[in-house]
Amino acid sequence: MATLEIHDLHVTVEADNATKEILKGVDLTVKQGETHAIMGPNGSGKSTLAYSLAGHPKYTITGGTVTLDGEDVLEMSVDERARAGLFLAMQYPVEIPGVSVSNFLRTSATAVRGEAPKLRTWVKEVKETMERLSMDPSFAERNVNEGFSGGEKKRHEILQLELLKPKMAILDETDSGLDVDALRIVSEGVNRVRETGEVGTLLITHYTRILRYIKPDFVHVFSGGRIVESGGAELADKLENEGYEAYTKGGVSA
Amino acid sequence: MAEAQNIPVGSTTAGQIAVAAESTVATRMSAPPSFDVADFPVPHGREEEWRFTPLERLRGLHDGTAVATGQGVRVDVTAPEGVTVETVARDDARIGRAGTPVDRVAAQAYSAFEKAGVVTVPKDAVLTEPIRIAVHGEGGVAYGHQVVELGAFAEAVVVIDHTGDAVLAANVDFVLGDGAKLTVVSVQDWDDTAVHVGQHNALIGRDATFKSFVVTFGGDVVRLHPRVAYAGTGGEAELFGLYFTDAGQHQEHRLLVDHNTPHCKSNVMYKGALQGEGAHAVWIGDVLIEAKAEGTDTYEMNRNLVLTDGARVDSVPNLEIETGEIVGAGHASATGRFDDEQLFYLMARGIPADEARRLVVRGFFAELVQQIGVDDIEERLLVKIDEELEASL
Repeated sequence: MATLEIHDLHVTVEADNATKEILKGVDLTVKQGETHAIMGPNGSGKSTLAYSLAGHPKYTITGGTVTLDGEDVLEMSVDERARAGLFLAMQYPVEIPGVSVSNFLRTSATAVRGEAPKLRTWVKEVKETMERLSMDPSFAERNVNEGFSGGEKKRHEILQLELLKPKMAILDETDSGLDVDALRIVSEGVNRVRETGEVGTLLITHYTRILRYIKPDFVHVFSGGRIVESGGAELADKLENEGYEAYTKGGVSA
Repeated sequence: MAEAQNIPVGSTTAGQIAVAAESTVATRMSAPPSFDVADFPVPHGREEEWRFTPLERLRGLHDGTAVATGQGVRVDVTAPEGVTVETVARDDARIGRAGTPVDRVAAQAYSAFEKAGVVTVPKDAVLTEPIRIAVHGEGGVAYGHQVVELGAFAEAVVVIDHTGDAVLAANVDFVLGDGAKLTVVSVQDWDDTAVHVGQHNALIGRDATFKSFVVTFGGDVVRLHPRVAYAGTGGEAELFGLYFTDAGQHQEHRLLVDHNTPHCKSNVMYKGALQGEGAHAVWIGDVLIEAKAEGTDTYEMNRNLVLTDGARVDSVPNLEIETGEIVGAGHASATGRFDDEQLFYLMARGIPADEARRLVVRGFFAELVQQIGVDDIEERLLVKIDEELEASL
C-alpha cells in the first residue's frame, strides 16, 4: 500500500534578499485510501507544503525527509515525482499558450503511464471524464488554462487527477473561488478518484465548506509552519464554529 | 510631427520632408525610395530604419565596401513544365516593377547585380508542383535580383531556399496578374556565419491573392523587407513569418503593407522564438491605409516567445490610417516568456523539461506551419524547430 511519509520537514524561501523559514518541522503520514484535510489560516505555510512536495524550485528544503513507498521524494526532479505517483492540483494553474488541452493531456498521460495510451480508448476516456465534470468538448481544443475562468481551471485540474490516477493527490485550495455548483462538480470528481481506494488525498483548504462534499478521515490544523493539532472530522466542525483564532493567538493576521 | 524628429541630423533630404506631411511610415526612412545607391547616405546606425541593426556585422553591404566575388552564391531553379526560367541583363524591362529599394542595402543590391533571374508562369497556368529556387552560399559576396511573375489567373507555389554561407544583398519582385494566386515560401536556413539583406516586393493585381511565408532560422545577420502594394481592387495579401533566433543571431523583418487601392485585404502574422545570449529579433510592421483605400480590411500581429535569459525582441507595429471608410484595421504585438512556472506546471504532470519546452514551442509555431501547405517544407520546419531546441539543451 502506497504511503507518503513526511518527517520533520523544514523549508525556506528567499524573499526580499532574506531567507525565511516557512515550514518548521512538518510530520505527516498519508496512506493510500486515506483523506487528510490540512486547514489553516492564510500564511500558515499550507501551500508551501504542497509546492515543496511537488518540487517547486522556489522552495529550499533545509531539513527532514519525504518518502513515497520508501523512495526519497526529495531526491527526485519535479517530473520524476509526478511519474512516481505524486499529483498536485494547483491553486493557480498557469496558462500554456500554444499547447492544446488534448495535446497536453495525452503528453502527460504518456509520460506518467510510461507508454502512449491507445488512441481509441484514450479519446473515449477523456470524453467521458470531461462529461462527468460538465466540461464542453470544445475545451479539449483550447490552449491549456488560456482564458479559462476560475472554475474551468479547477475542473481542468481535477480532469487531470482523474486521468493520471496518482498514488498521492495533493489538492491545494481547489475549492477557493468556486461557486456552489462548481464546488459540487469538482468535489464529485475528487470523490470518484477517492472511491477507487487507490489514492491518498491531502486536501489543503482555508474553508470547511469543501468538507461537506469530501469527507476527510483526518483533519490537521496548520499554523506557523507546522501541524499544531490533529483529529478526526469533528475537528473541522470546531474550526467552523471557532475559526483559527485559538491557533494564531490573535497575533497573526489572516 | 514626433516621428520626423527622430531623423538624425545630416541625413535629411528635400524629398523626405515633402512626404512627411503625408506619411510617417515614409518619413521614418532617411531617404525616399530609389534604385540608385548614391541616393542613400551611408547609414551610421542612429537612423530610424537602422537603429536596431548591427551595422558592423553587415560586412560592408551598407557602405559600399563589400565587393562581389566570383563565387558568391549558386542559384538553381527547378520548375515544372510550362514555366519560363530566364537569366536576363540589367536592362530587362521586367526588373524592378514591384517596388523600389527603400534603404541603402536594397539600392546597393539593385545597383550592383550583373544578371537577374526571371521566372514566368503564363496566364491561366495552374501549377501542381512548386517552383524551387535554391540559393546556396559558396562563401563569397554577392548581389542579386530575382523576378517572379504570374500571368492573369495563374496559380503557383514558389520556394526560395537559402542555405550555405554568403554575404548577400538581393531583392525579389513578385508581380501578380489579375486573379493570380501565388504562395511564396522563403526559407533562410543559412549557416550561422551568413549575412543576408534584401527587399521582397509584391505587386498584387486585381482580385489576386499573395500568400508569403518568411522562415528565418540561420545567419549571423538576416534583415528582410517584405513589402506589399496593390495594382487593383480586390487584392489579398497574407504575410506569415516564423523565426527562431539563437544566441548571437540578429534576425530582422521589416514589413510594409501599402493599402494604396480600395477594397483590398491584408493579414500579417509573424511569430518568433528566441533563445540564448545575444539573440536579437526585430519586427517592424508598418501598415499604411492611404486616403483613397476605402474598404480596406487589415490586421497584423507579431508574437514572440522568449525561451531563455539574454535574448531581446524589438517589436514595433505601426498602423497609419488616412481614411475612416474602412472595413477593419488592427494590430497586436506581444512578447511572452516560457517561464519557470510554465515549466513547473508541465513537469508536475510528469513531462520532462526538454519535452515540455518542445511541446510549447511546437504548439506556438503549429498554426503557422500548418498553413504552408507544402509537405516537405512543413516537415523540414518541424525537424528544424526540434534541432534548434535540442541545440539549446
